[in-house]
Amino acid sequence: MTTVETDNPKSRKFGYRVNPAGVLGFAMILFWAVVAILAPWLIPYPVGEIVDFDYFGPMSQQFWLGSDYLGRDMLSRILMGARYTVGISLVAVTIACFSGIVLGMIAAVSGGWIDTVLSRFLDAMNSIPSKLFGLVVVAAVGSSVPVLILTLAVIYTPGSFRFARALAVNINTMDFITVARARGEGTLYLVTSEILPNIIGPVLADLGVRFVFIVLLLSGLSFLGLGVQPPYADWGALVRENIGGLPFGAPAVIFPSIAIATLTVSINLLIDNLPQKIRDRSE
Amino acid sequence: MKNPILSLIASRLLIAAITLIIVSFAVFFATTMLPGDTASILLGQAATPEAVAGLRKAMHLDDPAILRFLRWLSGLLVGDLGVSYANDMPIADLIGGRFANSMKLAGITALFSVPIALMLGITAAMMRGTLYDRIVTVLTIGVISVPEFMIATSAVLFFAVYLQWLPAISFANEAHTFTDMLRDYAMPVITLTFSGSAQMIRMTRAAVVETLNTPYAEMALLKGASRRRIVLKHALPNALGPIVNAVALSLSYLLGGVIIVETIFNYPGIAKLMVDAVATRDLPLIQTCAMIFCVGYLILITTADIIAILANPRLR
Repeated sequence: MTTVETDNPKSRKFGYRVNPAGVLGFAMILFWAVVAILAPWLIPYPVGEIVDFDYFGPMSQQFWLGSDYLGRDMLSRILMGARYTVGISLVAVTIACFSGIVLGMIAAVSGGWIDTVLSRFLDAMNSIPSKLFGLVVVAAVGSSVPVLILTLAVIYTPGSFRFARALAVNINTMDFITVARARGEGTLYLVTSEILPNIIGPVLADLGVRFVFIVLLLSGLSFLGLGVQPPYADWGALVRENIGGLPFGAPAVIFPSIAIATLTVSINLLIDNLPQKIRDRSE
Repeated sequence: MKNPILSLIASRLLIAAITLIIVSFAVFFATTMLPGDTASILLGQAATPEAVAGLRKAMHLDDPAILRFLRWLSGLLVGDLGVSYANDMPIADLIGGRFANSMKLAGITALFSVPIALMLGITAAMMRGTLYDRIVTVLTIGVISVPEFMIATSAVLFFAVYLQWLPAISFANEAHTFTDMLRDYAMPVITLTFSGSAQMIRMTRAAVVETLNTPYAEMALLKGASRRRIVLKHALPNALGPIVNAVALSLSYLLGGVIIVETIFNYPGIAKLMVDAVATRDLPLIQTCAMIFCVGYLILITTADIIAILANPRLR
């Protein structure tokens, strides 16, 4: 692989001819990633501490984004919330896409009853509305971070499976696969060395789309009070906590929503402006 | 079967039926996995072991799970929905009026969002590449990328806090006059219309753009047909199947939005009932509500599939 890259740098180079919107999206994502990692050193006040005598305080020099329903500093809570929102979503999307892609490639390469059983089963999973699935699971086993991660991963595995399988089925009919089969290569080799390199671009773009879905679903569940539990809060939970400030338009309820929007919109921006070569097979 | 359409539809319905069984299985076992014994939770801490054992027997909790599942399923089929744990009322009574409320909300939303979405989607596709198209595209991506509760809170901020036209978050159960009703329904319907139409606009636009890219549309352009004629006479009839498919799929997305919207606006519908049931861990109620949602979702996506089959002229 490396020799190919050095021989022909132009055709393998990632991200040439990027446009400004894509760069902006990428910068925003990078910003939230850095915030999520460095949050404990960035926050001006401890997250749990009541620092303002006023509740739903306005934006001020002292409290940049105002204060919440107990008088806690909103900026600190949003910065720390990034850890939950970004972290949980990232782990969940990794598990979902990894299992979806692996199963999808196996289904495409093996065909026959393995393919039928996997496809039917995962399609059935797909016909449970995602929020409802989350509600039922949380009602059954209670809410904790590992449960949330697993639930989100399970909900989005079928979609990833479908996507990867559809791509892999196309690749599977190509001549080099037939040749590899004729050489007597096993499923493992076919999947890792022949199929995966050919579908990795669109699959990564799909991972981004699914990340957005997961962020939205996690925020939705937290908003319903079923996600991250107090005293910790992700962005969805922050909106829920401070919903009482909505009638007077308190910054405490507006800024967590804006934080979610900046993250999800930037990911969509980045994906829509990915270099054509990565994206064109994703439809 | 000789007719390919009929056999395809039959297989689709069969798949839906199998899916429904798998889904009901999943719903039942997810809710029975709850740690703790239902009988002792119901009777409270002071219950004697004999009383707990008696209730367990009366509720058939000692039976194997598969038997309970079959009993529950057959109960659902004949309309016996069971009794709520939390307030000891038959679930059918709890659900009845709320189901009508939810359907009313969904119906009004569909009435608004479908025409708006179709119009915006088709006109955006007609004027592809123009400023108008770009604005519509950016707005729909924006709406799709934010959670439903954010649309709801923005609507409240705009209409209730800034313009002061509508009450912020309140829901009168009894609406007597038309204006009362208008005020009650405005906010939930606005929110759902926004989040539902965004998907519909995107998919409608994609469907029309795809047919505009076909050779026969190009042919129509070359023979000098006007843009309007190409879209209305040549592209639309062929895009109709995908568009109706898109509408059914988007309405199924609405189901998720309904859960959030009913909670935030305190709307007395099924989704609110279910969220409350989750809070009180009222299992039979959760199971029934979950099944109602799954059935609604399945009906919508199966309809979408069947319409896609019917609209494919190659199968006729």
